[in-house]
Amino acid sequence: MSAPVLEIEGLHVLLRGERREPDRLMLRGVDLSIRPGEVHALVGESGAGKSMIARTVLGILPHRAQVASGHVRLLGHDWLKMPPAARRAMLGRDVSLIPQDPMSALSPAHTIERQICEVLRLHLPMSAQAARERALALLDAVRIREPARVLHQYPHELSGGMRQRVLIAIAFACGPRLIVADEPTTALDVTVQREVLRLLRTMQQRGGGQSGGTAVLFITHNLGLVAKLADRVSVIHGGRIVERGLVAEIFDAPHAAYTRALFAATPRHDRPAEALRPIDPAVTAALDVEAAAYDNAWARAR
Amino acid sequence: MNAGPAMNALPAIGDATAIGDAPTTKVVPGATPLLRVRGLSVALPDFSAPRGLLGLSRAPLRPILQGVDMELSCGECLGLVGESGSGKTTLGRALLRLVAPTAGRIEFDGRDIAHETEAAMRPLRARMQMIFQDPLSSLNPRRTVGDAVVQPLRAYGRLGTRDEARRAAAMLLEQVALPAAFASRYPHELSGGQRQRVGIARAIALSPDLVVADEIVSGLDVSTQATILLLLRELRARLGLAIVFITHDLSVVRVLCDRIAVMREGRIVEQGTTADVFAAPRDHYTRELLDAVPLPDVERGWLDPLATAA
Repeated sequence: MSAPVLEIEGLHVLLRGERREPDRLMLRGVDLSIRPGEVHALVGESGAGKSMIARTVLGILPHRAQVASGHVRLLGHDWLKMPPAARRAMLGRDVSLIPQDPMSALSPAHTIERQICEVLRLHLPMSAQAARERALALLDAVRIREPARVLHQYPHELSGGMRQRVLIAIAFACGPRLIVADEPTTALDVTVQREVLRLLRTMQQRGGGQSGGTAVLFITHNLGLVAKLADRVSVIHGGRIVERGLVAEIFDAPHAAYTRALFAATPRHDRPAEALRPIDPAVTAALDVEAAAYDNAWARAR
Repeated sequence: MNAGPAMNALPAIGDATAIGDAPTTKVVPGATPLLRVRGLSVALPDFSAPRGLLGLSRAPLRPILQGVDMELSCGECLGLVGESGSGKTTLGRALLRLVAPTAGRIEFDGRDIAHETEAAMRPLRARMQMIFQDPLSSLNPRRTVGDAVVQPLRAYGRLGTRDEARRAAAMLLEQVALPAAFASRYPHELSGGQRQRVGIARAIALSPDLVVADEIVSGLDVSTQATILLLLRELRARLGLAIVFITHDLSVVRVLCDRIAVMREGRIVEQGTTADVFAAPRDHYTRELLDAVPLPDVERGWLDPLATAA
């Protein structure tokens, strides 16, 4: 088995309190490992720490957040100790992001062509002409009809699904080894969502030139998407991974009480209305008690 | 569960026993429907269309709803589903006369309101309310939660003293399982789910007969979504509310709605009881929508490229 693309060990992220607020731990010793070509889903509710993990990997932690301890190995590099310039050279090329909101991720003032060519020419030795051809091929690969016309359009002229396809094209442009997909289909209709997921799956397997495919860290709160797309899953709550494993196994028999509660709280159109159970507060309260105990032990050890 | 109309004599909200109960309704068979819509059409100006030489001519009208027929009984919950652009939001707004119909009838409690004047609508508006998708943008950031929820009562002159307002706010917040102390907080201090509860409390303040809820659980986490759905189900049973529940998520419809209407391109393509439509959808578009919902079951091939691509 080849080495993991991404390996996170004992990651603690601390959010410094504003004014009189105390500092808060956002990630409490997260371990996560993603193999080449694997789709790894990170599932949890808002505030669980999903985005903190993504932001650590992309090196874009918010101003008040800092890595307190832990290791992140990305493609064999000690990611947290790399000089910023070296990290920037890898971001967008070896590691890229598919963001949640295509409207705010694309510049409204530039054509699609310019936005795809920008990342290509920044990272690859390419003439303007070659970049244009590659951009055209990328739009074709993400199954945009009339790619030559779309190249000269602006984001506001495209539908939500089309914009998300453009972002997928940009993310795969340089043949990355790892893609962080942060709720990439939340804003889309179900039928469009399925098409975009199909596309993501195809592109991921094809890997933009990477043999064995591109690994994906897929962040979502939707268990349905995890079931359809991911190979492995980590369930996160309160900055801790509460359960991890193969999707096939966990969806067959979830072990952690919180995972089971998440399943019961997910409405399904093939089950009667009475099957829906909100998450038992006792389940999350128990996790909160554990987290508080963890924080105390962590503070003493520091 | 007893679905009596008296609001004060109600059981405490949020107790776990109420949660598993099937929805109870006050529908009286053979009674006049609360809403009866016939041939409803709405057209709105299309500003993206080319507009003459200097762009000075008026934007042409684009049909959004085309001859919609539907009914809603008292206390019934109808799920209105479809993709963006299908006209479901416009229909919801037309039902409340927030957009003016170009043709057709909207009978609310036996009276055609399709072309009523705003003055004539005003007393009726107390009986029809809306819950919006994004509670943060529908709540005034400078008003406390307590102020926001009693505002409809104030607008209809149903509040006298400050003490009355305080009591009304506390009672409304209790209805949606929020502590009375929340009355003095501001919207930004609340979580998404709490804000949505405030939106619901405001909508039920005037004890309306009809509530239109537009994508109100779309932005929420799984657990928050489940509690909001169950809260709505409970309020509906307790207050005898008729609800038009607009959503693109068919799984959510199953939890809450008695009947479902599937919309596409401004028309209702299929209507029926939720159980019937889900068990045997007649329209292929309904089937397509159902198939596109990713259920949390591992299923090989769900994402395989379409075999019919040729």
